[in-house]
Amino acid sequence: MDCYTANWNPLGDSAFYRKYELYSMDWDLKEELRDCLVAAAPYGGPIALLRNPWRKEKAASVRPVLEIYSASGLPLASLLWKSGTVVSLGWSAEEELLCVQEDGGVLVYGLHGDFRRHFSMGNEVLQNRILDARIFHTEFGSGVAILTGAHRFILSANVSDLKLRRMPEVPGLQGAPTCWTALCQDRVAHILLAVGPDLYLLDQSACSAVTPFGLAPGVSSFLQMAVSFTYRHLALFTDTGYIWMGTASLKEKLCEFNCNIRAPPKQMVWCSRPRSKERAVVVAWERRLMVVGDAPESIQYKQLTIQVLLDRLVLRRLYPLAIQICEYLRLPEVQGVSRILAHWACYKVQQKDVSDEDVARAINQKLGDTPGVSYSDIAARAYGCGRTELAIKLLEYEPRSGEQVPLLLKMKRSKLALSKAIESGDTDLVFTVLLHLKNELNRGDFFMTLRNQPMALSLYRQFCKHQELETLKDLYNQDDNHQELGSFHIRASYAAEERIEGRVAALQTAADAFYKAKNEFAAKATEDQMRLLRLQRRLEDELGGRFLDLSLHDTVTTLILGGHNKRAEQLARDFRIPDKRLWWLKLTALADLEDWEELEKFSKSKKSPIGYLPFVEICMKQHNKYEAKKYASRVGPEQKVKALLLVGDVAQAADVAIEHRNEAELSLVLSHCTGATDGATADKIQRARAQAQKK
Amino acid sequence: MAFPHRLDAPELPDFSMLKRLARDQLIYLLEQLPGKKDLFIEADLMSPLDRIANVSILKQHEVDKLYKVENKPAVSSSEQLCFLVRPRIKNMRYVASLVNADKLAGRTRKYKVIFSPQKFHACEMVLEEEGVYGDVSCDEWAFSLLPLDVDLLSMELPEFFRDYFLEGDQRWINTVAQALHLLSTLYGPFPNCYGIGRCAKMSYELWRILEQEEDGETKGRRPEIGHIFLLDRDVDFVTALCSQVVYEGLVDDTFRIKCGSVDFGPEVTSSDRSLKVLLNAEDKVFNEIRNEHFSNVFGFLSQKARNLQAQYDRRRGMDIKQMKNFVSQELKGLKQEHRLLSVHIGACESIMKKKTKQDFQELIKTEHALLEGFNIRESTSYIEEHIDRQVSPIESLRLMCLLSITENGLIPKDYRSLKTQYLQSYGPEHLLTFSNLRRAGLLTEQAPGDTLTAVESKVSKLVTDKAAGKITDAFSSLAKRSNFRAISKKLNLVRRIGTDRAAVLRLLNCSELAFTDMTKEDKASSESLRLILVVFLGGCTFSEISALRFLGREKGYRFIFLTTAVTNSARLMEAMSEVKA
Repeated sequence: MDCYTANWNPLGDSAFYRKYELYSMDWDLKEELRDCLVAAAPYGGPIALLRNPWRKEKAASVRPVLEIYSASGLPLASLLWKSGTVVSLGWSAEEELLCVQEDGGVLVYGLHGDFRRHFSMGNEVLQNRILDARIFHTEFGSGVAILTGAHRFILSANVSDLKLRRMPEVPGLQGAPTCWTALCQDRVAHILLAVGPDLYLLDQSACSAVTPFGLAPGVSSFLQMAVSFTYRHLALFTDTGYIWMGTASLKEKLCEFNCNIRAPPKQMVWCSRPRSKERAVVVAWERRLMVVGDAPESIQYKQLTIQVLLDRLVLRRLYPLAIQICEYLRLPEVQGVSRILAHWACYKVQQKDVSDEDVARAINQKLGDTPGVSYSDIAARAYGCGRTELAIKLLEYEPRSGEQVPLLLKMKRSKLALSKAIESGDTDLVFTVLLHLKNELNRGDFFMTLRNQPMALSLYRQFCKHQELETLKDLYNQDDNHQELGSFHIRASYAAEERIEGRVAALQTAADAFYKAKNEFAAKATEDQMRLLRLQRRLEDELGGRFLDLSLHDTVTTLILGGHNKRAEQLARDFRIPDKRLWWLKLTALADLEDWEELEKFSKSKKSPIGYLPFVEICMKQHNKYEAKKYASRVGPEQKVKALLLVGDVAQAADVAIEHRNEAELSLVLSHCTGATDGATADKIQRARAQAQKK
Repeated sequence: MAFPHRLDAPELPDFSMLKRLARDQLIYLLEQLPGKKDLFIEADLMSPLDRIANVSILKQHEVDKLYKVENKPAVSSSEQLCFLVRPRIKNMRYVASLVNADKLAGRTRKYKVIFSPQKFHACEMVLEEEGVYGDVSCDEWAFSLLPLDVDLLSMELPEFFRDYFLEGDQRWINTVAQALHLLSTLYGPFPNCYGIGRCAKMSYELWRILEQEEDGETKGRRPEIGHIFLLDRDVDFVTALCSQVVYEGLVDDTFRIKCGSVDFGPEVTSSDRSLKVLLNAEDKVFNEIRNEHFSNVFGFLSQKARNLQAQYDRRRGMDIKQMKNFVSQELKGLKQEHRLLSVHIGACESIMKKKTKQDFQELIKTEHALLEGFNIRESTSYIEEHIDRQVSPIESLRLMCLLSITENGLIPKDYRSLKTQYLQSYGPEHLLTFSNLRRAGLLTEQAPGDTLTAVESKVSKLVTDKAAGKITDAFSSLAKRSNFRAISKKLNLVRRIGTDRAAVLRLLNCSELAFTDMTKEDKASSESLRLILVVFLGGCTFSEISALRFLGREKGYRFIFLTTAVTNSARLMEAMSEVKA
């Protein structure tokens, strides 16, 4: 006959409990568990056990052992502790084991006992030592709070972004507080401590005395305090055997109970009763366990999301299981399978006994080009393990060349980084690499590298043009790019130099460069410019007025307009100004001056190389019909009609057109026959047309 | 005139969303600097900004005073200074000098630099070198697409042309890729992609990377725009270097359209004030004439004026009720039309006046001769005279380049003499201009024996292609121009040309033609397949836009234009010119 309730024992009046072994722990303890430092991670995470810690009666030569077990008791790691005395152990939210040493050093280990990093809780602790430490969890991450030998509290609210905060002094605190805990309220970490009958709340700026709401009188000391996992609730155990349970703010009492046991309990923790979802406190003494609870909690927490669950599996290297879960839940690849594969790969690169080739191949075979997998992240991990060659091999699988660049730079493969940056088409990335190269290489090598990368070279040149002109010159020099050097010095002759000698010198350098570039045209033109500049300077000195930087044409025009015809002629000869230009120039200048007499003299000086129609046009532009007519008669037959029309002699234009028997000219004249006076002319043209058609 | 689109022509997507996006982002950025602040705006950004957020919107977000970024010390007394600038080094030096001056005076203020459309590492580096990087906060205003019209998006980046095609600087390509990515996020993926030129290829590839990185965003979206063409400006310089003969192009050449609007001076308005006119499809009169050959425009406008007068005249003989009706319903529209008409008639007269003065006929004749490849000697003399008479430095340069491109480089003698003449006329500093033009391939010297080859003779064959003949006179010279050709050909609009693709490629002076099919599943509707986005890298002219609009109307397609900037021959030449510092 089965007796299902046989192993149930009563607990108080209304509850029963039973005890049975869930898992058999694989540890083989010689000493009592109470003599070990123990830390169990939340959410059924691993358990850390520091055996044989520093006990006075033991010989100092015996090294303690740090062991890590899964929650079900499987050994995960075991290592000999070689560092200093450990005060406290605790797990962070990321399942990293924080070992707080007496000297303020905190050593961080992974789930498998792999050393991650260490940090210090401040120099102050070196002298004073740490008396006690707590690891606590906030929404930002996991924090460490310590109590120093000088009875000061120091805390860091997030160990992955370490900022140490020294809490204010507690007035009148001579010895260690009887009990204390870290609280987290309004996103800020506080310390609650008990000194005799008083409770103090420490925040960054102040230390304030607090009293729990509705606390029974007669308390002369608080022996134990416990804060709930969510930091919402607090339980206090006093020397009168009285338990106060309320909100962590102490402003609300949920329940109180007098257990009549005055001995300080070994442990007091919050728990919840599964069925009633009530919040309760478990108090443990040497041989007694008590559950006190009357705090209904309506909200159910789902703290552990799927992502976190997967992370935990990955941490335990249970990759196939994690992948199966992802597939079962049909998670998108990027969040699910790809991420787990990437983690697997990061683990894989740490296997030092496998060759680079094999690791790279294995990873690529498994990952292929799964979306969401970043080969550069895996490569970064490989580099972190000191496997540079493997990292480079892995980077080759990275399809986005831009992603390869930061790691390549870190690994000092700057030239390869440059080609990858160029491949990516991201000019900003190229520029970043260039700055790296510039600092890393000597100038010559830097320039040589640029020379082989036209895209980068253009980019850098553009920058130099605005910011580092001298470097630009060096770049051209390096390349023997004499053409650009010439242009550079011409620009310099305008930009930098004020004095004429300086400008001419810059131009001379330019001309020399152009000769070297075998650009005779540019060299000659530059020499002409030097001559012109010197001459313009002289003209300014001798004649006054502005000449500098005028074009040759404008220089001559200015001379004519100023009445310096001789000088103008001389200049035209010196610079071999072609006849056509000179005629256009003089014509325009003299007409501007309205020096009709001089213009006529000029027109008769020799046969005009530009014909006489321009003379007619320019006179008409100045509204001088009288002068225009003089030149109209000298216009050659081809342009005669046009000239006559310009001066308004429609009748004669008609005669010439008829004489030429030119249909286009006839139409042109006809289109000019507008006024009543032109009626006869129009008729004449029509008749001529008719006659021409008869023939 | 301006015959309507075919009934089956697809609807254009609504691009006003781009403006709203840009405005919201700008407001967000301004709000990042809470409280009153003075805003310093780079001159180039003023007009684009005005199209996105006017002064009252800026004031609403606590912008107190507005300043132009110029090389002068700031007089602002505000405690917070915000700079809205292009990512240029000289701007950084300006900001740095301001901050350093404050430091010297022992003054502390808040400074924020908003880069548009993106920041460059080099800029931050300059801030760092000047020792102010820690004092300034930097942000990006990813405003890269300004809808100038219902079918025209401009990136308003005129420097793209010089930076890429002259200096070989590729930094704007990323901006282009970002802009394309934005378009595909908003308007669905582009099922068919084509590109001509190196820059097109690079832009396309960068864009693909962006799309892959954010895969899934556009997945499953129906494409709204069926085709996209990416074209490098240097594939065809000829079109851009020709005088424009359609109305909108001429207005641009004559008055310079800036950011979709133009300032008509007193000579147009026939009053003593100038008038800023927005030129887009909303202007009903302009919309009818913008794509027309100029010679038709005047007649059209006077006919329109007569019709308008007739409508006004209907008033006579109306009874009171009819009159009331007329005043309340028609008069406003008529007045509006009247106003627009008089503006455009004024503009036409002014253009005519200027063009007759400059012997426009002669100029067009020369250009025509150059395009057709006859009377080269006469054309060269014409250009020489143009230079000798100092008609216009930019015009002279343009003609020289046109001669060089159409003749595959100038013969050595002309190359030297035209340059000499040019330097004498317009100043020796243009030696640098010539060096630039040579580098960009715009003005080159013929290599010995490198005259018209077999390939070039095929060019002329392209010109006389019969299909092209169908297109009106206004576009006859456009017909030979490569962009237009390439697009027509791809869409099978113009009968296939007898030349093989390799020859065309050589003609187009480019190495690759990337034809890609971007979507595997064919979800594109037939309507979307008749919407075509043409991306001009390095700018496009209004003539090119008109030509494609014309083609679209003929064939029931709609073209959408995305350009790094609207350009014309003068702007291209100015970009290549070196001016004395």
